[in-house]
Amino acid sequence: MNATISFDSVLHVVLALVGVAVFVGLNGLLLVYAERKVAGFIQRRPGPYEVGPQGILQAVADALKLIGKQLVRPDRADPLLFWMAPVLAFFPVLLLFLPIPFSPLLTGWDVNLGLLLILAFAGFNVLALLLAGWGSNNKYGLLGAARAVAQSVAYEIPLLLAVLAIAFQEGTLSLTAIVGGQGGMPWQWNIVVQPLAFLIFFVSALGETNRAPFDLPEAESELTAGFHTEYSGMGFGMFFLAEYANMIVACSVCTVLFLGGWKGPFLDGAWWFLAKVYGLLLSMMWFRWTYPRVRFDQLLNLNWRWLLPLGVLNLLATAFVMKL
Amino acid sequence: MHSTETLWSNGTSCPAASADGGCADDQIAGDGYTCRFEQGARPESLILNMGPQHPSTHGVLRVLLELDGEYIVRAEPVLGYLHRMHEKMAEVKTPAQFMPNMGRVDYLHALAWNWAYVGAVEKLAGIEIPERAEYLRVITCELNRISSHLLWWGAYLLDLGAFTPIMYAFDDREMLLDLLQLMTGSRLTYSSFRFGGVYTDASPAFVQGVRQFIPHLRSRLPMYTALVTENIILRRRIEEVGVIPQDMVTRYGASGPVARGSGIAYDVRRAEPYSVYDRFDYEIPVRHEECSMARYMVRMAEIEQSLRIIEQAIESLPDGEHMHPKAPKPSFKLPAGESYFAVEGARGKIGVWIASDGGKTPYRVKLRAPGFSNLALFAECARGTLLADAVAILGSLDMVIPEIDR
Repeated sequence: MNATISFDSVLHVVLALVGVAVFVGLNGLLLVYAERKVAGFIQRRPGPYEVGPQGILQAVADALKLIGKQLVRPDRADPLLFWMAPVLAFFPVLLLFLPIPFSPLLTGWDVNLGLLLILAFAGFNVLALLLAGWGSNNKYGLLGAARAVAQSVAYEIPLLLAVLAIAFQEGTLSLTAIVGGQGGMPWQWNIVVQPLAFLIFFVSALGETNRAPFDLPEAESELTAGFHTEYSGMGFGMFFLAEYANMIVACSVCTVLFLGGWKGPFLDGAWWFLAKVYGLLLSMMWFRWTYPRVRFDQLLNLNWRWLLPLGVLNLLATAFVMKL
Repeated sequence: MHSTETLWSNGTSCPAASADGGCADDQIAGDGYTCRFEQGARPESLILNMGPQHPSTHGVLRVLLELDGEYIVRAEPVLGYLHRMHEKMAEVKTPAQFMPNMGRVDYLHALAWNWAYVGAVEKLAGIEIPERAEYLRVITCELNRISSHLLWWGAYLLDLGAFTPIMYAFDDREMLLDLLQLMTGSRLTYSSFRFGGVYTDASPAFVQGVRQFIPHLRSRLPMYTALVTENIILRRRIEEVGVIPQDMVTRYGASGPVARGSGIAYDVRRAEPYSVYDRFDYEIPVRHEECSMARYMVRMAEIEQSLRIIEQAIESLPDGEHMHPKAPKPSFKLPAGESYFAVEGARGKIGVWIASDGGKTPYRVKLRAPGFSNLALFAECARGTLLADAVAILGSLDMVIPEIDR
């Protein structure tokens, strides 16, 4: 930005970051619980129900267990890289929440290049996975890291193309302005105008966040746990939390771009935004507990042969229509 | 960093490493076995030790892999982590004492092993079996086959990354286990067949339960097809993957669904009919695609065929004894001689060969485990495939490690 950065704006950002950290932490607990309950529902079993009423304290108990565990580093792992990876996986994600408009009043930092900021900092995740796999001196970890890099780099491109189509259409990179360009009713949302972009974005987001059926970097049945094979305690906890935080970011951006953000048929506000985000998150969980995992070459083929050409065509069509 | 140290936490370096020069690369320093698995012609390849503790080796199979990227240059299964000397134990136990071992060779289709051993002893000693007992054996053995296939189905989908199907399979399997518990008294490691019959007679509750179970499972199978079998991701993962040509099947002596998935219609129940199987109307499912999907389809079809057999057997269940009145006491001596008896297990041809010199215990017992031959072809079949395919192939062979290691 420029020289007008004042003490106030810095304070605002710091406060927003603290708020985001709390939000991410609480949501991590909530989503772990939700994921396990959803899994239980889909698999016709109760899910967690022992710890607290209906098991709502299960996630808290798990978190405390992870925090309490000893941090173990394999004998020949690189200490610096090994411990840097989980930190690098988790903390940049907090920055991603800053430009997301939960409601007109509830926006961490309303920058006019919000979309760019999110896409730029989201790239850190790849680095973290690579370091984790490389630094832990484990062959499964290395294979997982190699998969993570190939997958993330590949799926970033269609993701960008889908985002660009919306940016073209709205003529802005500010998330607040993009929400402002949409109406409250479902047929006034961008998903109606850009259904293909929505599809590409959502599939790519699944790939970017390493969620099933694209969870290849940690493919349990092939690579035991992939890049985080050697991590336990909070080392693993950070990756875990980062995965859920990334999911929230992906679904938030999706909501802002395609589903009208905080706007609803009545009573606009953060509740609409959260409802849409949780709806998308639930569908992500639903996919995970329903589908088998794709194979790595199929994953890349899907990207290069389908998502990428479709994304380019969609972008060209959007540009053409906008020019008219 | 510490290139001179060994990779293994127990601190032992490979003794043969320097002697024969096989362990030039510290990648493969390790126990006596790994150091024979030398680095191949490609110096840039990676040697990966998959197992004995690995989520998709189903127990304690260990597979040594040489990888080029994610492509498999060489694969070699390593056995013996679950060797319990069943064959040796058979030499020091009387036939009756050895029966419980038969529930533990292949814990998923224990009754087929029961049957193979009981059959061999009965053949050697000339023990007769009442007709009702034959029917009860058929019914329980086929129920057991279904429970084995259901568990395989769930576990295979787990290998392929789908977590939910195994829960559905266990739902149905639970009913089967309850039924078999009524008949055999146990839920997994059955040893309820006796020389000259079966241990318990079928109670009305069992007969009723089986009658209810058949339509129940039939109503579930279309759901399995719609939810899993027709899923595009699954089909892409296993169609045309793990092709086992007929020639490979015969060279390795593979049997069961692995052979039938490659177009070889060999089923012991048809080829060497035993018991009362010739009285029932059923088909031997055969597929000609030779891939993992073919084996998958064969097993799914076998569930339906087993249901058909059970349906006919339970309707025509004759009255009478469940143990022959002249069945020998547990302390009986085997006459001198040899006998061989084979049955069709869920994984293929189960054979038991007994040689007796007329003493209290058999002189030698040989157990022919189908999983052993089926797994043997993995090394050849997996060459050139992806790591993820290796998991899909291993799963499609339906291994039960305790049976392979015996």
